[in-house]
Parts: sequence; C-alpha cells; structure tokens
Amino acid sequence: MSEAAGYAVKMHHVTKKFGKVAANNDVNLELKTGEILALLGENGSGKTTLMNMLSGIYFPDHGEIYVKGKAVTIRSPKDAFALGIGMIHQHFKLVEVLSAAENIVLGLDGKVTVNRKEINKKVAELAQRYGFEMDPAKKVYNMSVSEKQTVEILKVLYKGADILILDEPTAVLTPQETERLFAVLRNMKEDGKSIIIITHKLNEVLAISDRVAILRKGEYIGAVDTDKTDQAQLTEMMVGRPISLEIERPEVKRGEKRLQVIDLTCLNGDGVKALDNVSFEAYGGEILGIAGIAGSGQKELCETIAGLYPSIGGSVLYSGEHEGIPVQERILGLKPDEIVRKGISMAFVPEDRLGMGLVAGMDMTDNVMLRSYKSNKGLFVDRKTPREQAERLIDELEIVTPGVDTPVGRLSGGNVQKVLLGREIACQPSVLIVAYPVRGLDINSSYRIYDLMNEQKKKGVAVLFIGEDLDVLMQLSDRIMVMCGGKVSGIVDPREVTKEDIGLMMIHAGESSSDSEKEGVTA
Amino acid sequence: MSAHSTQVKEPFLRMVRRDTISSQKAWGIRAVAFLLSLVTGGIVVLLLGHNPISVYASMVKGAWGSKTVIYETVKIAVPLLVTAIGISFAFKMKFWNIGGEGQILVGAVAAGAFGLFTAHIFPKLPLVLLMMLAAIVAGGLYGLLPAVCKAKWGTNETLFTLMLNYIALAFIKYLMNGPWKAPGSSYPKIPMLVPGARLTKVLGVHWGWILALILVVLAYIYFNKTKQGYEISVVGESNNTARYAGINVGRVFKRTMFLSGALCGLVGMLQFAGADYTITEGTAGGVGFTAITVAWLAKMNPFGMLAVSVFIAMLERGSNAIQTQFKIPASAADLLIGIILFFMLGCEFFISYKLIGRGKEDRHA
Repeated sequence: MSEAAGYAVKMHHVTKKFGKVAANNDVNLELKTGEILALLGENGSGKTTLMNMLSGIYFPDHGEIYVKGKAVTIRSPKDAFALGIGMIHQHFKLVEVLSAAENIVLGLDGKVTVNRKEINKKVAELAQRYGFEMDPAKKVYNMSVSEKQTVEILKVLYKGADILILDEPTAVLTPQETERLFAVLRNMKEDGKSIIIITHKLNEVLAISDRVAILRKGEYIGAVDTDKTDQAQLTEMMVGRPISLEIERPEVKRGEKRLQVIDLTCLNGDGVKALDNVSFEAYGGEILGIAGIAGSGQKELCETIAGLYPSIGGSVLYSGEHEGIPVQERILGLKPDEIVRKGISMAFVPEDRLGMGLVAGMDMTDNVMLRSYKSNKGLFVDRKTPREQAERLIDELEIVTPGVDTPVGRLSGGNVQKVLLGREIACQPSVLIVAYPVRGLDINSSYRIYDLMNEQKKKGVAVLFIGEDLDVLMQLSDRIMVMCGGKVSGIVDPREVTKEDIGLMMIHAGESSSDSEKEGVTA
Repeated sequence: MSAHSTQVKEPFLRMVRRDTISSQKAWGIRAVAFLLSLVTGGIVVLLLGHNPISVYASMVKGAWGSKTVIYETVKIAVPLLVTAIGISFAFKMKFWNIGGEGQILVGAVAAGAFGLFTAHIFPKLPLVLLMMLAAIVAGGLYGLLPAVCKAKWGTNETLFTLMLNYIALAFIKYLMNGPWKAPGSSYPKIPMLVPGARLTKVLGVHWGWILALILVVLAYIYFNKTKQGYEISVVGESNNTARYAGINVGRVFKRTMFLSGALCGLVGMLQFAGADYTITEGTAGGVGFTAITVAWLAKMNPFGMLAVSVFIAMLERGSNAIQTQFKIPASAADLLIGIILFFMLGCEFFISYKLIGRGKEDRHA
C-alpha cells in the first residue's frame, strides 16, 4: 500500500476490444495524487474508452485497476463514484427545467423534501471555493454551454469526487472561458484533487498539465513531464512521426462576388430568431471563415443558403458560372433540387455527415450518385458512371476502404469526410460551404481537408468554412465572420486581430445589432 | 471501500457486435436455428403424446403430399407473397404500414362492387380488368391517406394504418348486414361471385400465382434499378439526407404508399375473385400481419419473400393436416408455427452479435 500511496489511479495492462478492434491494447496509465495529467491522442486512439473503464461505463477485457493503492473492480458508474472517481462527459446530462443546484443534488440520497435554500447555499459555497462563477438557482435552459459545464463539474465535486476526468472540456468553450476553466482546475489541484483532462489540443496540454500521457491507436506510447517537452515532440509521439503543423494560406487574388447575403433572418423551432439580419459577401478565391460558439446560427446559415431551412426575411444572391454561361439568381426559398436545376453550382458539406450528407448504409457508388442521379434520363439509375467516379475518388483522395461496395458508415471518420467532400468538389462548385469539416478527424486527414479547401480557393471557388478551432480558422481563412446569438458581430482580417479579440466577439453581440456592428468595426 | 472485493469479476456473458459474417456462416446459424426449432417443437409434440417425427412428416405431406393439397398451399402463399411485396415498399422507406389488412379489404370491396353488380353487363375479360383496376385504385387510395397526413402534419403512420384496418372491417360488416346482404339469406352474408366472373385456373390454381411471380421480378427491379427505388432507400435511411439530395420526401411517401396499398388492394381482388368468391370479415384473414413477418424474414428481398411465403404457407397447411390427422388442437398447431418462426427471427440476433462467456477472450482478434 505504501508503495502506491502517491498514486491516485494506476491502470495496468488494460485491454478492451470491440469486435476485432482493440480500442485499448495493454495500456498503462498512472495518475499521481494532486496532479493534472493530460491524456493526449488523436481521435480513435482510445482515450475515451480508457476513461470509460475508469468511470465504470465499460468493463476491461484484461488488466488491473488500482485506486489509491488498492486493486478495485469498477463495474458501474456507481462503483466509480464510491471510489471518488467522477467523469465529466463531452455531452452534458442535465435536466433542462431544473436549476443548477437541483441538478447537482439529483440522484443523491437525502430526505424526501428538498430544502432549496440550503442546497443553494451549499452549492454556492462549493463554487466559491474553487472560483466558479455561477448562480445555483439559475435554470439549466437559461445557461450557456460553459455554465452547463460548470454544473457538471460541480455535480461531480458535490458528490465528493477527488479524482476528476474531463473529456475534451474545452471543445465547446471560447478562449476566455477556457482560461477561466483552467484557473478553476488549478484551484482544484491546489486542493489536492487529481485530474485527468482528455484533449487533442497541444497548446492547452502545455498550458494546464503537469504530465502528459500519450495514446496512439489504442497503444500506450508513454508519459512525459510537461515542462520537459514541446509541441513537436508531443505531435511526434501522438502521430508516430514528425509532422509540420503549419497551415498554408496561399495568396490568391480575390475574385468576383459569388454570394451576397442580405439581412437574412430565420426562426428556430421555438420561434426565436436563429439568424438575425445576417449580411455578408463571399468572393471567389477566398476562404471566408465563420467563427462562433456552437449554436450561434452557423447550422441555420448553411442550411438556409442550401435551401434546407426556411427563412422569414432577407435575400441571398448568387452569381457564378454553369458550363461557361454566367448564372445570377436569387436563391432564397428555392429547394435543393430547384437550385440544381437553375444551374447553380453550390456544394455543401453539412455538419452531420452520415445523417445528412451521406447515407450510412449505402455503398460509395450509391452515395456518389446522391446528388446527380436525377440527371440520368428515364426511369432507371445509372450506376456505372458513379462507380467510376467513386473509384477515382478512392485513388485521388487515398480513401481507405475495402472497396466501392462497402457501406460508407463502416469507414473511419476521416474517410467518410473524404467521400463527402470529394463528391461535393467533383461537381465543380462556384460556392463551397463546409461545416466543421475536420471534427473528429485525425491530424493527417485534417491537413488533407485543409489542402483540398485551399485547392478550391486557388481554383477561384468561394469557400465558406464554418469552424470551431480558432487557431485553424485564423491560419486558414482570408476573412473571418464572427457570429454570436444569430447575429454577425463582425467580419475581421485574421492577420490583424488576436484570438482574444475574436473570442470577445463570439460572446458579445447579444445586446443590439447596432452595438455589434460597432464592435465589429473596432475589432 | 472494503465493500469492493479485490477479485476481478467479469460479467457472465458479454454481447459483441460482429463486424462481418460470411454468408456461409450466416446460413449455418439459420440451419442450426431451424433444427433447434424442430427439436423444441418436437418436445411439445411429445408432451402432447405424439411421435414428433410422424407429426412433422404429416405436416410436410399435408402441404405437398398430393395435387389438391399443393393447390391449397399455393393458394395460401399467393396472397401472402403479394401482400409482403406491397408492404415492403413502405417498409423499405421505414414507413410502418401495418394496414395491409384494411387495404386488402377495401380492394376486395372495390372489386366486389364490379364483380357482384356488373357481371351481367360486361364480358369476363373487361370485368376482371375492371375489378383489378378498382381494387388497385381503392387499396392505393386507402394507403395514400396516412401518407398524405404524415407528409402534411407528421402524423404517426403506425397508429393511423392500424386504425384504418378496423374501419375497413366495420365497413364490410355494414355491407354484409345491409346494402350488400344476399337476398333471401337468413344470416348476414354477401352473395357469391357468379362462376363466369371467377378467375381462370392455370395448372389448378387461379392465375394470381403467375402474377405474383411477375411481381417478384418487377419489385426487385424497381427496388434496385430505378430512380424511384433509389429514392425509397434514401428516404428510408435518412429523411434529412433525402432533403439534402433534393428529394421531395413527402412526395416519395405518397407515391410509395399508393403503390404499397395498391398491391395489398390487388390481393383483396385475388382473394375475392380467385379463392373465396365472396367477401367476409375473414377475407384478409391476418394476411396483412403475417406478411410483415414474411417481409422481415426475407429482409425486404422479393425473392426471399417468395421462399418465406411458400414456407409459411406450408406450415399453415401442415398445421391443418396434423389437426385432423392427430387431433392436435388448433392452438397447439399454431404454437408449433410460432416456435419455428421465433427461432428463425431470433437467430438473426446471433448473426449480428456473438456472445462471449466469462473468462473467454475474443480469439478472433
């Protein structure tokens, strides 16, 4: 016992397989008491699986787990809690209509009645102790993503956890919110909590952690002290070979105006404005980045332009070419098939790749012809041309698949995206809209996608790039439009502003549109 | 913390999803399931005090033993097959049409409107064509109704189609008791179709069986080779993807449900003019529901449905035979069919998943 007393958690030779795939193979992980350990790895490297075994969601096929020096069996999240292990998942599990404090005490043993005053006080104390800013009586449905995350963390702390696991906590936060979270994590560490933070953002790893453990393809690669390493070494450990992290921004002369959006407004399901007087222009030969916290209207913007979402006002003008002939159209209100019929070549890579862009259960051939099958005359579909096109895509984009007959749902995330983006590019668009194109992709695939977008830009295509990683947006885009609460808070040149400026614009536009416009000018 | 034993205990059984399975192995599992179902059924038969082997033999003989029983078996298989094809149109786009019964009944009524009342006006060929057309249109419209409502207001098609079954049934009862009641009959019934208007027999069974075989091929081509079939598959996988691809989802719902209902309506006409020669509450006789089993077991493949419907028809005929021959009660014979179908449907789980026992590692990895 004394030998292991300095360790909050030890996982030895842990293996977990799903079917034939080993998500974790003989992994060792050690978390010292009172440290912040970053668990680093690409998507699909098994980080979440490993943590799910620690928090009782999965049961390992092999291996031992020691918590605070004792060998333990964790068969359920309840077992994990009894050991003081609490996990904050990427997707929040909160009851929207309850307050923060009510969510925190939910499911705990207690009296039949709830003394709201008392629990509010207790929660407020806890929040204050670690430096969280939060109002215990606030309802969850009124909260921002960052506040919801705070509730999740407090929930775990309230139950008395001293080993915390955070699964990609910064993915949904602005730079400022991330800073605040890190400050809180440091406070918790001072208080003796042991923390594992799952992430694939290197700058964050270096900013917050004491040590870094690296996984690659389910294998444990090693652990290093944060102050003795740098981005290059970590990347190499993560990817398996040295890789350049520079994203190119080729200089291309700005072309013609391809898309003009004027005062576009639309409502969401609850009758609230999801887009509020959005105006901007997109030009050929540029990448227009669109930044904003998740749910600021990005999805509605893309889908409205693509003819998939109803608007209540404004207009969208398109000007492009179709087989050498100039085409100018108002496209707002047109259905996707009408847009195609009018000779408008606009490609759209939606956020939900397998739920909207592709048909998961169909093979590549059937997916490639999804947007073009109608052009074949007569009753029957022609699968020969799409099949050849699919084979070409496999070659050109190095898509890893057993063949064109394999359902695309079976492919890895990166390859799914290549199929989708490849198909959309193949129709030679004048305007290309891509929403979160690298979400869930490994580094290699991500860089391939950036290259493809740059190639389109060089060809004179107007690229609208909805992104979530500000670093990438700033390196790749020629201009960045920042959205907040359905409004445009400003359009800026990424070469002239800082990440913090954009972060501020992401959370400040709500008051009134005139205010936000001013802010856009000053930014 | 002492409550936690230090000994690592694995769950007794774990479910693991299979990546892929060779078709040989899949058929092997199905064969094993079939044998197990026979064994289980055999135990039931033994408990009833009969020899399972002779009971099974009598089932097969009861379905295929002589020309007469073969005709009967085919007569059961035809409506099952055509209805299953009809239902699979809707099921392929994940539109749960469980209103096959009702669509069959309105098809029969529409055919009856011509068959019973215009037989003296038209010669046989135009009359039969009229009956067919009427049944197809009536069944199609009856199937269209829930599709229109779903496309417009997003109503639940499962409840909607189910309820339509009862309306059709009640309507037939009304016709039997009132306007269409056979003159001079003491109990409610609809008169018989005159022999001159009945469907011609080809090789002993009305020509519906030829039509069914043609429909198998046509449905296969429709599903796999046409644009409309492709649209059905896309809509079935994801409405959002369909919209993204520029497919009018509501229109596909309506078009496909019309076809689905039309095929079921056609069954009503075949039953009326080819098998029963009248319309009763039992004209559909559960075919609309059994056809769902057929379509699922065949995984929406028309050729598969041909095999499965013949198989189920054989079980039904066979169960009739053992009822008379061994005095096995009808409920027990139905139980036997239930056991076999349970095993056949249940084994699909083992084709998608495998179970790993405690302490055993997945050696295939």
